[in-house]
Amino acid sequence: MDKPELKNFTKPESIKDYPVGPSFSGGHLVSVNSGWRTFKPVVALDTCTGCYRCYLVCPDGVIVKTEAGKVAVDYDFCKGCGVCAHECPFDAIEMVKEDLQK
Amino acid sequence: MNNKRITVKNMTDKEYFFGHKACAGCGGSLAVRLALKVFGDRTFAALPAGCMSAVGFIYPQMAFLNNAIISTFPGTGSMLSGMRAGLDALGIKDTHVVGFAGDGGTADIGLQALSGAIDREEKIIYICYDNEAYMNTGVQKSSLTPYGARTTTSPAGENLPGSVMHKKNLFEIVAAHDIAYAATASVGYPQDYLNKLSKAALVEGTSYIHIYATCPTGWGTPTETSVSLAKEAVDSGLWYLAEYENGEFTLNRRPKEFFPVKEHLLKQGRFKHLKDSDIRIIEEARDKKWKRMLEHWK
Ligand SMILES: Cc1ncc(C[n+]2csc(CCOP(=O)(O)OP(=O)(O)O)c2C)c(N)n1
Ligand code: SF4
Ligand code: SF4
Ligand code: SF4
Ligand SMILES: [Mg+2]
Repeated sequence: MDKPELKNFTKPESIKDYPVGPSFSGGHLVSVNSGWRTFKPVVALDTCTGCYRCYLVCPDGVIVKTEAGKVAVDYDFCKGCGVCAHECPFDAIEMVKEDLQK
Repeated sequence: MNNKRITVKNMTDKEYFFGHKACAGCGGSLAVRLALKVFGDRTFAALPAGCMSAVGFIYPQMAFLNNAIISTFPGTGSMLSGMRAGLDALGIKDTHVVGFAGDGGTADIGLQALSGAIDREEKIIYICYDNEAYMNTGVQKSSLTPYGARTTTSPAGENLPGSVMHKKNLFEIVAAHDIAYAATASVGYPQDYLNKLSKAALVEGTSYIHIYATCPTGWGTPTETSVSLAKEAVDSGLWYLAEYENGEFTLNRRPKEFFPVKEHLLKQGRFKHLKDSDIRIIEEARDKKWKRMLEHWK
């Protein structure tokens, strides 16, 4: 997958540190979305056929096509919506409860 | 810009709408993501006030990889016109100028600017992601909210069944401008949507795509059903896949028999209160519309 890298961001300390207008270039990401998740999608690689249905329908674009012709998930940005698991024609994705104590 | 059919196998791996803060399972964000994957790097986008601008531009984040700007709520059509004029003035070629506006931003407050842009035959692509209410401000009824849907301004109770108005027929209003290309789509039929996006990208004049986009937060639906529900809406005849081109309407999908409306609606919190008499009103409106479409459209 070809996606923007996370960037460091120093919080402005005074009003003077804020830009006057819109100031960031495309793909300026400073925080992940993984904390939104209560369940995470886990791909069973032996069942996955590489049909890429999950890749097509993921609203967040976090499914990655792998060189082996299967898929992996970018857990930094997956929100755990479960659309991929619900749509997989081969039941190759299981939604597994996150350990929220960690 | 080529003519090749874009599919999940050959589409770019580049993600242009990434790291956004839309709710989990948001259908609108899927509509924006897929469109930008078809249009590519040289795309200039305008988004009015609404969920997709709210979740894309959260300081200091910028979830769009391409050029993108927030327009005024009513001004998407005019902002797109200005962007096209600016690109022409600068001699910047091979670009797409695209708007992503909600149902409220399109069918209500933005209709005048959209109508003007179509009338001027601007070379722009306007995408309305229709989540059937003003979601970003907390679920108020728009003119694209369907009959029976509970919103904060169309409450359901003893006296009212939720919205008492049916959906405005925006697709045909847009087509009545004799626009170069207009289509309806659904996030439940992503390949059909990709085909329409590819077509829109090649149109010389104005193109308009109206995509049915699930909103788990506003509809009270499980996040994982965002794609299957949008498919079911088409299969039950409550939404339809069609195109308008060269002055003619084409239906892209004619369900042999409809998926049961009641079963489909009762999966959604916003319709849970509906009585059988309300379901019948919805079915009658559907049948009337389909009779007309089947008689007059290709
Ligand atoms: C002139 C003006 N009026 C009202 C608003 C407040 N407002 C911001 S977003 C929004 C709702 C947008 O609804 P819709 O266009 O359907 O997009 P959605 O949020 O559902 O994606 C409203 C009313 C505004 N920003 N500007
Ligand atoms: S939808 Fe299922 S089978 Fe297809 S690529 Fe994804 S995990 Fe594999
Ligand atoms: S759970 Fe949702 S966000 Fe995560 S990979 Fe699946 S579809 Fe994408
Ligand atoms: S409220 Fe609905 S449309 Fe808005 S971001 Fe959430 S799911 Fe998407
Ligand atoms: Mg809306």
